[in-house]
Amino acid sequence: MNALLAADLPYWAQSLLRVLGGVVAVLLPAGTIVYLFLFKMMSFMQSRLGPMEAGPYGSMQLFAEVGKWLQKEDITPARADRVIFKIAPLVVLASTFLLVAVVPFGPDAWFTNFEAGVFYMLAVSSVSVLGILMAGWSSANKYSLLGGLRAAGQLIAYELPMVLAVIGVIIQAGTMNLQGIVLAQNGGEIFGWNGLGNPYILTQFTGFIIFMIAVQAELTQTPFDMPIAESELVSGYMTEYSGFRFLTFFIAEFATAGVFSLIASVLFLGGWGVPFAWFDWNSIDDVSDWMNVVGPLIMFTKMMGLAFVIMWVRFSYPRFREDQLQRFAWKVLIPVSLVNIMITAILKVAF
Amino acid sequence: MTSTESLIDRRQLAYIASQAADARLNVELETEGMTLNIGPQHPATHGTLRIIAHLDGEQVVWAEPSCGYMHRGYEKLTEVRTYPQVTSLVNRIDWLGSFANEVPFILAAEKLMGIEAPPRAQWIRTILFELSRIANVSLFLGDLGVQLGAVTPVFMAFRDREHVLNLIEGTTGGRFHPNFDRIGGLKDDLPAGFIDETRAVMKTLRNFCTEMEDLLFGNEIFQSRTRGIGVIPKDIAMQYGLSGANLRASGVDWDLRRDQSLPMAWDKVDWKVWTHPDGDSFARCWIRLQEVRESTLIVDQLLDNIPSGPVMAKVPRIIKVPEGEAWVSTENPLGEMGYYVVSKGDLGPFRTKIRSASFNNISIVPWILKGVYVPDIITILASLYFILGDIDR
Repeated sequence: MNALLAADLPYWAQSLLRVLGGVVAVLLPAGTIVYLFLFKMMSFMQSRLGPMEAGPYGSMQLFAEVGKWLQKEDITPARADRVIFKIAPLVVLASTFLLVAVVPFGPDAWFTNFEAGVFYMLAVSSVSVLGILMAGWSSANKYSLLGGLRAAGQLIAYELPMVLAVIGVIIQAGTMNLQGIVLAQNGGEIFGWNGLGNPYILTQFTGFIIFMIAVQAELTQTPFDMPIAESELVSGYMTEYSGFRFLTFFIAEFATAGVFSLIASVLFLGGWGVPFAWFDWNSIDDVSDWMNVVGPLIMFTKMMGLAFVIMWVRFSYPRFREDQLQRFAWKVLIPVSLVNIMITAILKVAF
Repeated sequence: MTSTESLIDRRQLAYIASQAADARLNVELETEGMTLNIGPQHPATHGTLRIIAHLDGEQVVWAEPSCGYMHRGYEKLTEVRTYPQVTSLVNRIDWLGSFANEVPFILAAEKLMGIEAPPRAQWIRTILFELSRIANVSLFLGDLGVQLGAVTPVFMAFRDREHVLNLIEGTTGGRFHPNFDRIGGLKDDLPAGFIDETRAVMKTLRNFCTEMEDLLFGNEIFQSRTRGIGVIPKDIAMQYGLSGANLRASGVDWDLRRDQSLPMAWDKVDWKVWTHPDGDSFARCWIRLQEVRESTLIVDQLLDNIPSGPVMAKVPRIIKVPEGEAWVSTENPLGEMGYYVVSKGDLGPFRTKIRSASFNNISIVPWILKGVYVPDIITILASLYFILGDIDR
């Protein structure tokens, strides 16, 4: 292993670095997505300018918004289940932090690196359902309850296609370690040609599409935003939240979009790596130290590309109805992903 | 006729059967329904309409609209206004297509007085009437997207509607409340350059209609959300007194612009009344889209051969309407809008009855919402297209 981050730091310093790194890895993508996509790109798509006053070209708008939310009163409805109501946003945000823990950003730039990374990722991504259900139930509001129940049904339905879409990648890479998947892609080759590595978006394109659809549903973005559905359910499970707690939901929503984009880029786009053939690397030990700096930037670029697609769909599509969504998940996505797994397995054995 | 009857029968039988099945299940599980108040403060009601919906899960068992939160008493207020003053009240009824509200009242007063506006005034009236229809319905097309969760179309609607409002403002001086129609004609002639500018704007709006067809109506999710949702058969639509696009979407070929002779210019131009056989939400939205396009064509043709002459007939300075009663209704953006004016020979009406389209259009809500899911409530209400001012007056 290289010596850049593995210097002889005491344990507490390493932990502190990890926590700071985690906060940056969650908040930076969230902030960028909100400013670039939610404020600016959405405005340009809708023939308007978006925020222009706060800072040059409205770039400080995000801080203005955060400041505004922090000043607002923290209201708890009189009949709400107070403890659960207050914990719920934190549970949702916690799932984001748990998710980012397994994402590798470089040969040594990772928070944890363990074998069952994909399994862990899929498991903790469902924690947010718990938070949303808690929020919907404890708000003592009919709209919140409907939103929370819709969210639970939807997120559970879309866990399955997501898991099945990832299985194709796992079969191809032969490992559940996310770092291993990155290496398998960049060190791989397509029919003996290794100039591009083997990003799984090429071989697992079906899986990639299914994964992105499931992510869209998992993030409750349009066309799967029934849990929030502002024209039907006011704001769904977030209706009763205000001030900092609403901000927490908001950050969690966009941070999760960022983190899922990171994970999708790890699984399908080759993650932090560049094709190893470019520099005649053969294994992880050959990878230069500077990839620890360049790697996160590559990841960030890919993340922005995928988040752009997520937001693009969000701004242009109307929303499904709840039963149509379930039908889509069970009758289209799951059969297709099962077929995909089968074909992948056969080809894996054949080649 | 038989096909629609059997359709209703099948719907009702299926509904009763599902209710019975649900009831057995509910007794077993001891579940209870939930009453959901949608409104008066709700993002999807365009104002303050309250829908009381009794839900079983997400299915509506019964629903009832409750209106009157924005009642402003215009019928009563007209009794203490003179005839020229009434227009400034009534153009607040349907605030999106406000000029269209003034026309039937003025026509009723003119009918009582036995005068008729000069031809040029009639043509300009018709042009402004159609412009306000475009301003009204193009906003509906954008708003439809918002109701279904697509945020982008509404901004396009506002972008292009702005040009129409500029035209109305340039002519009348008011963007939303023109107050431009006078007994015997109009307040003013068209401003310079109006004709060329209007032609350009009409072209923009036809582009907007095509854009909407591409962006929204061609979208598969939109179609799956609206097709077959909220079907109103022909006879039910007529029984509930629907009018306008809601009626034409059920296949009734009925348009007051064509079917009655008023001193307006619609019969001088060539245009088509669109109908749709389906009667579902998609049909209602589609009809409105076609009507915006048709309106732009009407305006274009009217601009081509607009007659010259005065815009005001000879009327006394102080308008006293002779004794009598008159009913005039026109095809407004939302449907049939009519005024029954009773005059006792005074400066103001003795009594006015306003028949506004939305009030009748939402009367079908209890029938149509039975058995639908909560998301479809919003789709159906959006496609019925009401404006709160038009319901509560």
